[in-house]
Amino acid sequence: MARTIDPIVDPRIEVRVLSDDEVQRIHAATLEVIESVGVRFPSPRALEIWQAHGATVDRETLVVRAPGALVEEALARAPHEYALAARDPSQDLPLDGRHVYAATDGCGVEVLDLVTGERRRSRLQDVAEIARVGDYLDEIAFHWVAVSAQDTPAESRGLHELAAIWANSTKHAQTESIVTEREARAAVEMAAAIAGGREALRRRPVLSLMECTISPLAQEGGALDAALVAAEAGVPVGFMTMASAAFTGPATPAGTLVVGNAEVISALALVELAQPGAPVYYAAAQTAIDLRSGAYTGGGPEDFLFGAATNALADFYGVPLSMGSFATGAKEPDWQAGIENGLSTFMAAAVRSDMLLGVGLLHGSRIWSYEQMLLDCEIYGIVRAMLRGIAVDDEALALEAIRRVGPGGEYLTDPHTVRHMRELWQSRFFDRRPYGAWEEKRDRARDWARARAREILATHEPDPLDPVVAAELAAIIAAVEREAGVAGAAAPT
Amino acid sequence: MTTEMTSEALFEAMRRSIIDGDDERAAELAGEALRAGVDPLRAIDDGFVIGLREVGDRFSRGDMFLPEMMLAAKAMKRAVAVLEPELDRRAMKRQVLGRVVIGSVKGDIHEIGKNLVATMLAAAGFEVHDLGVDVPFDRFVEKAREVDADIVGVSALLTTTMTGQRTVIETLAAGGLRPRVKVIVGGAPVTREWAEEIGADGYGEDAAQAVTVARRLVGAADAAVV
Repeated sequence: MARTIDPIVDPRIEVRVLSDDEVQRIHAATLEVIESVGVRFPSPRALEIWQAHGATVDRETLVVRAPGALVEEALARAPHEYALAARDPSQDLPLDGRHVYAATDGCGVEVLDLVTGERRRSRLQDVAEIARVGDYLDEIAFHWVAVSAQDTPAESRGLHELAAIWANSTKHAQTESIVTEREARAAVEMAAAIAGGREALRRRPVLSLMECTISPLAQEGGALDAALVAAEAGVPVGFMTMASAAFTGPATPAGTLVVGNAEVISALALVELAQPGAPVYYAAAQTAIDLRSGAYTGGGPEDFLFGAATNALADFYGVPLSMGSFATGAKEPDWQAGIENGLSTFMAAAVRSDMLLGVGLLHGSRIWSYEQMLLDCEIYGIVRAMLRGIAVDDEALALEAIRRVGPGGEYLTDPHTVRHMRELWQSRFFDRRPYGAWEEKRDRARDWARARAREILATHEPDPLDPVVAAELAAIIAAVEREAGVAGAAAPT
Repeated sequence: MTTEMTSEALFEAMRRSIIDGDDERAAELAGEALRAGVDPLRAIDDGFVIGLREVGDRFSRGDMFLPEMMLAAKAMKRAVAVLEPELDRRAMKRQVLGRVVIGSVKGDIHEIGKNLVATMLAAAGFEVHDLGVDVPFDRFVEKAREVDADIVGVSALLTTTMTGQRTVIETLAAGGLRPRVKVIVGGAPVTREWAEEIGADGYGEDAAQAVTVARRLVGAADAAVV
């Protein structure tokens, strides 16, 4: 049986960081940037499409300058609502502006090994195991390829990663690792095999693609070509900006929003020009750099504001948002990780970002940690409980119980308590033990999270993938490897 | 005003232009120095470099930040470019810590981190030859041979292109340039362990570390400017 997913629904707390007028000003500034400065589209196919629709294309610099009206008209074709489908239909995820789903993030290059605790290079087996744990957890609604399968050939890596996820989970898969036309064609074929054919895939996309922009104001050629292939097949595609204030974006958050917005909406507009009505989404993980090193920080007050502000933009364009929220910059699951992931997730969730990314990754999305994964799920659970708000109705006001107990009594044994106590949030990883109990053991949340991850990995059996479909996936990957002239990889267990 | 005082004032203005990160002013002052017949090597060593050293000190104290450091480095570069023809004419050579060939490896078009490292290395006193992005493996070898490089720097942002760093090292070895030519690697997915595994001589997690590593490799750990 597929596990249930328990997402945040209809948050009752409202957070607003941009007024309607401010959103309008950011939009107007963005259109001016696209029209006068332009965005680089290093893909012959993308340039053709832009030119055919009347944009100014500079074949030398590969920069496209598009009239604001053209961008707006293209964006207006994007569907406002659609669902990310899962191998198991009971786990389909409607992107309807009411739900906030959490997922892992990508793409880490190292793993804190669950057995040895050592930091080591990521491999295909990790992708499979992370998917299996993610399949179990009700906070995880869909998967990102969390770490890179570095023991597989570069030419087919993204495909091996997807196959590992589908072999270990029935939930939706989103990947940022498909960045060439060839891989995209194969990924679509694999998704069709899972969904039951190309038409079925169009109706129920079990795969979505996420492509990165290159800030400032550039796209990546292979990513554009891959996105166009996906869009043709009805596979949802998003573009993510990681514009970093004071380095790849202006030092002012508003300026960085404009630069990132220009990247994302110009790419989405291209997809809509090519495939009117294709399901697309906005994706973002802006940050402010560390002023001493120039490094991407992955957490801080500006990031939390970006998390809330970006959904205002995505709402303005009427497309879903996939937002980098967890993915702390901390080196290990510690106080910094807790603060960063708590605040970023609260802000992004309270504004109803459709998808939250970053569960389980440390050090700016470079290092995977199962401990952090479990702790991030706890953070999601806390935010979920907060966003349910406070119910105020006759039953919740509890007047009968208050009459029964009267002055000086206790509610511990009142039937009203027994009826409602399970609605109270229950901690798994907060230390609420007596001081003496802690003093005796001196263990902590990380230890419990590690033990829990080991237990899930040892006991959880995901619904198996039909062996016929599994063989189809393997054949598609093998064909790509033959064509690329590379040796294949061993299948993960 | 005596000539001595005038040149002292000029040197002070040169230092100031670097500290302010004012490249226009730095170029202007370099031109002024040439017209006044100031020894171009003295203009660098007693003027501009002193400013750069102060920026370096303030940067390491946390009083100045990366954008200011980069502006100072750019101003320095412009001033030296103005003085260079005169240095050549006098057959003088600015002492460089070493020659570096740098680029983003084949298949990788990300350049912002690599550019940052190139600028910081140049400011620290290295002669830097930037090959740009998507650089074929052979090109690193060719250029290293052509300029008699001490160090080759290879950048990669993707796990799929990172393996090209190993190929560059192998190609350098096949060309007979190893171990004389040192290799430093960097980029978001690159780790110390990866650098060790592929036999790189150095790895920096950020631009400042890259400079430290490069200095160490040319045996100039303490001789640096910034």
